[in-house]
Amino acid sequence: MDAFPSRWGKPRNENIDEHNTVPLHKTLPDNLTQTAYGPVTRTQQPLVTGTSVIALKYRDGIMMAADMLGSYGSLARFRDIERLMPVGDYTVVGASGDISDQQYIQHVLESLMVKEHCHDDGHVLGTPHIFEYLWRMMYNRRSKFNPLWNALVVGGVHKGDKFLGYVDLRGTTYKATTIATGFGAHLAQPILRKRVEGREDDLTEEEAIDIINDCMRVLFYRDARSMNKFQRATITAAGVNVTEPYGVDTNWGFAEKIRGYGA
Amino acid sequence: MDFSIANPTELVSAPIEHRFEPYDDNGGTSLAIAGKDFCVVASDTRQSTGYSINSRYAPKAYELGDNAVIAMNGFHADGLTLKKVLEQRLKWYKFAHDKNMSVTALAQMLSITLYQKRFFPYYSFCCMGGVDEEGVGAVYCYDAVGSSERESYRANGSAAALIQPFLDNQVGRKNMANSTYTPMELDQVISIVKDAFTSATERDIYTGDCLQIFIIRKGQPVELQHYPLKRD
Repeated sequence: MDAFPSRWGKPRNENIDEHNTVPLHKTLPDNLTQTAYGPVTRTQQPLVTGTSVIALKYRDGIMMAADMLGSYGSLARFRDIERLMPVGDYTVVGASGDISDQQYIQHVLESLMVKEHCHDDGHVLGTPHIFEYLWRMMYNRRSKFNPLWNALVVGGVHKGDKFLGYVDLRGTTYKATTIATGFGAHLAQPILRKRVEGREDDLTEEEAIDIINDCMRVLFYRDARSMNKFQRATITAAGVNVTEPYGVDTNWGFAEKIRGYGA
Repeated sequence: MDFSIANPTELVSAPIEHRFEPYDDNGGTSLAIAGKDFCVVASDTRQSTGYSINSRYAPKAYELGDNAVIAMNGFHADGLTLKKVLEQRLKWYKFAHDKNMSVTALAQMLSITLYQKRFFPYYSFCCMGGVDEEGVGAVYCYDAVGSSERESYRANGSAAALIQPFLDNQVGRKNMANSTYTPMELDQVISIVKDAFTSATERDIYTGDCLQIFIIRKGQPVELQHYPLKRD
């Protein structure tokens, strides 16, 4: 933030490091020291990214879906990325955002479950515990200005209760009956809320699948970084089931009728 | 940063990175009103990011121990982390002193906890309500770096500017002829709280969905009431 109104609108001076992007002691004018210390590798930008993850609570548990695309900017680079990660027997973590950070999170969660198993004390990490762990991890990374650039959806069944939560790169968390990240928050959440809210204990599996498919269809129509190939995960008291990749029928006939936007 | 070979003190170029913004504003409003022997802390439950609603029921007010309630506005992740830190300190205090922390001690501790992160603050504007050791209602209000004051009433959050003047008049009896502040009864306070929130919900986009009211009385468990608010 620029606190001096008299500087607003004026060209900034590129040679002054206003926001301390280089540590203080390294700003000494010495060619050799500069190259030896190298660049500051903290704040990043996401490179290969996954788009929306959507999830809802229904009668028997949680249903979650995410497509299988890893975009490299506008290039549809990787078309078989599995963004729904089972953790233990009763939890699925869906990740949107940077894929390499997602893979790191997957590695951390796998190691965590193994370590917990080795304690051999009869305790298994349930969905709320994994959620809390991810929250602290994401929050502490953001506090070091080196975030894991993801928005995660954590869903599962723990001691008979359905759990559905969201954690993102800043450590913002919330729990709700329906969750959608990225574009899904704008396009799918209204559909999810209208069709699910208040009915989470009555919604059958069939209806839930129908709602998920409708939302993924809308996202494929309107999200320019999506793909019509996605997986659906279901978590119930009986366990986790992640489907094989599939797509939904689409009808692009309406495109002929569009007037405006260059048509 | 690059320096020229010929003159090592001369800057030649300086790439500027796009900086990661560690904070977010999750919106919402809270208020606290102290009575003679009780305290009311109320907050809405809507959590937002930008123009989207994250959740219609994401509570912002939490009980701390059994005699205080803290309501946190601003960045919810910082608020929750602050709550975690305070809860841990409450446990340590109980183990060290064999008694629960009083509201006055907790108020001071919150102030110093906030200031300890003066140079990377908890973006959390807190309002703490409770009953002090003499049984009198107490409201403490804070800014993000711990500047605090004990007051009779305070509104915080996105609609603070809408509610605070209303409280100044109705609770503080300001700008009314032949009228001075006297502590109010519980039913009057609840009525004012509900009116304040329904009005704020009309005009503030970040406020709405559900209203939580905590009532703290000496020697009794904290009572919690819910009222629906407009969801638009």
